[in-house]
Amino acid sequence: MLMGLFNNWVVIVLMMSGLYIVIAHGNLIKKLVGLTIFQTSVFIFYISMAKVNGGSAPILSENISLYSNPLPHVLILTAIVVGIATTALGLSLVVRLKESYGTIEEEEIQRQDNQQNQALNKERDK
Amino acid sequence: MINIVLLSLLVVIAIAIIRMKDLFAVVMLTGIYGLLSASFFVAMDAVDVAFTEAAVGAGISTLLMLVAITMTGRKEKVTRHKPFAALFIVLITGGLLIYGTLDMPLFGSADAPIHSHVAPRYLNDSMQEIGIPNVVTSVLASYRAFDTFGEVVVIFTAGIGVLALLFVPRRKEEDEKIASINDSMHEHHLVIRIITKMLIPFILLFALYVQFHGDYGPGGGFQAGVIFSSAIVLYTMLFGLSTARKVINQGFIQLMAAFGVLFYGCVGIASLMNGGNFFDYNVLSDDPVAGQHLGILLIEWGVGVTVAAIMIIIFFSFAGRRELQQHSENNKNRESL
Repeated sequence: MLMGLFNNWVVIVLMMSGLYIVIAHGNLIKKLVGLTIFQTSVFIFYISMAKVNGGSAPILSENISLYSNPLPHVLILTAIVVGIATTALGLSLVVRLKESYGTIEEEEIQRQDNQQNQALNKERDK
Repeated sequence: MINIVLLSLLVVIAIAIIRMKDLFAVVMLTGIYGLLSASFFVAMDAVDVAFTEAAVGAGISTLLMLVAITMTGRKEKVTRHKPFAALFIVLITGGLLIYGTLDMPLFGSADAPIHSHVAPRYLNDSMQEIGIPNVVTSVLASYRAFDTFGEVVVIFTAGIGVLALLFVPRRKEEDEKIASINDSMHEHHLVIRIITKMLIPFILLFALYVQFHGDYGPGGGFQAGVIFSSAIVLYTMLFGLSTARKVINQGFIQLMAAFGVLFYGCVGIASLMNGGNFFDYNVLSDDPVAGQHLGILLIEWGVGVTVAAIMIIIFFSFAGRRELQQHSENNKNRESL
C-alpha cells in the first residue's frame, strides 16, 4: 500500500510545490518555473501509471512478452515539446513586460497600474 | 528502488527552488530537475519520453530561461506579506488529492484500468497493422496522427506568438554595428569555439539518426527537431546572432516552420484523396504496411522540420531582442559620458 502509492504522493507534493510558487511568489520568472514544476509532476504521474511490473520498454522484440503501456508515453512526449513552446511564449511576455514596466515583480506592476488609473480618474474629474 | 531515490531528489530540488531567491540558481536547479525526471522516465521504461525530456527540460528550456534572465534581472524581490493563505490553499488541495489517491490502482499492477482499453491492441496488433517495432512511434504517427497534428499546430502557433512579441526589424547599417560589438565579445572563447565547430556536424548527424531511426528505437521527429536546433543554438551562442543569421536566413527558417505543418497536413489530404480516412496511410501504397511505413516517415519528417524551425525561431527572437537591448544600453552609456 505505502510503496504502491508512493509515486502518486510524490507527484502531489511536487504539484503542490509548483502551485505554491505560482500563488506565493511575485516574480514572474519564478512563477513560470513553478508552472514547469507543476507540469513535470503531471508527466511523472502519467508515466508512473504506464509502468507494469516486470515489463519492458514498448519496443517490440521476439523474446519479450510483457511491455509497459505505450499510450501515456505518446501523450507525454508531445506534451513536453508543446510545454517548452508555451513556456517560451510566457517568457517572451515577461520580457515585454520588463521593457514596458521596468520590473517583473507582480506587486510593482500592479502599483504602477493603480497609479496610472488614479491619474486618469483625477483628470476625468477635472 | 531507483525510482524512489530519484523521486526523493526531485522533491528536494523542488523545495530548494521554492527557497532560492537567486533566479540564476533557480534556473540551474530547473535544469537538474529536468535531467533527474528524464532519468526517472528511463527507469519507468518510457525511453522516448526520457529522450525528449533530456533534450527539452535539461537543454533548451534552461537556456531560454537564462536568456530571459539576462534581460529581466537575476534577483527576486522578497515579498513583504506572509504567504499563509497560499500555504493553506496548497495544504488543503494536497490533502484532498492524497485522499483521492487511496482508491488508485497500486503502482506497477498489470490489471489497472489504464492497461485494459486500447493499449492491448496497440501492443498485440501494431506489428501486423503498422509493421514497426517501436509502438510509441506507431501510436504517435499512425493511430493518433490527428492528435499529433494538433500538437504540431500548437507548437507552430506558439512560435508565431514569440515572433510577434519579440521580433524587431532592423536596418542593415544598424545590424553591422551591432554585429561588430558582438564579434569583439566572442573573441576570447577561442578553445570553446574550435571544439564547437568540430562537434556541430556530429550533433546534426545524430539528429538525423534520431529522426530516421525512430521507427526501430527511441526517437522520432520531436526529439530530432530539438537536437537539430540545439546545434544551431550552440553555434549562435558562440559566433553571434548575425553570423548565425548568415548561415540560416530568418525568412527561410520561418518558411520551413510553416512548410513542416503544411507537409504534415498534406499527407492527411493525400490519404483522403486516395479514398481512405484522414491520416489513414494504408491507402498510400498497394501494400498497406508499406503505406504505413511511408506515411510515418513523411509525417515524422514534417514534425522534425517544424519543431527544429520553431525552436530556432524562438532562440533567434530572444537573442535578437537581447542584442538590441545591449545596443541601446551602450548608446545610453556613450551619451552620458
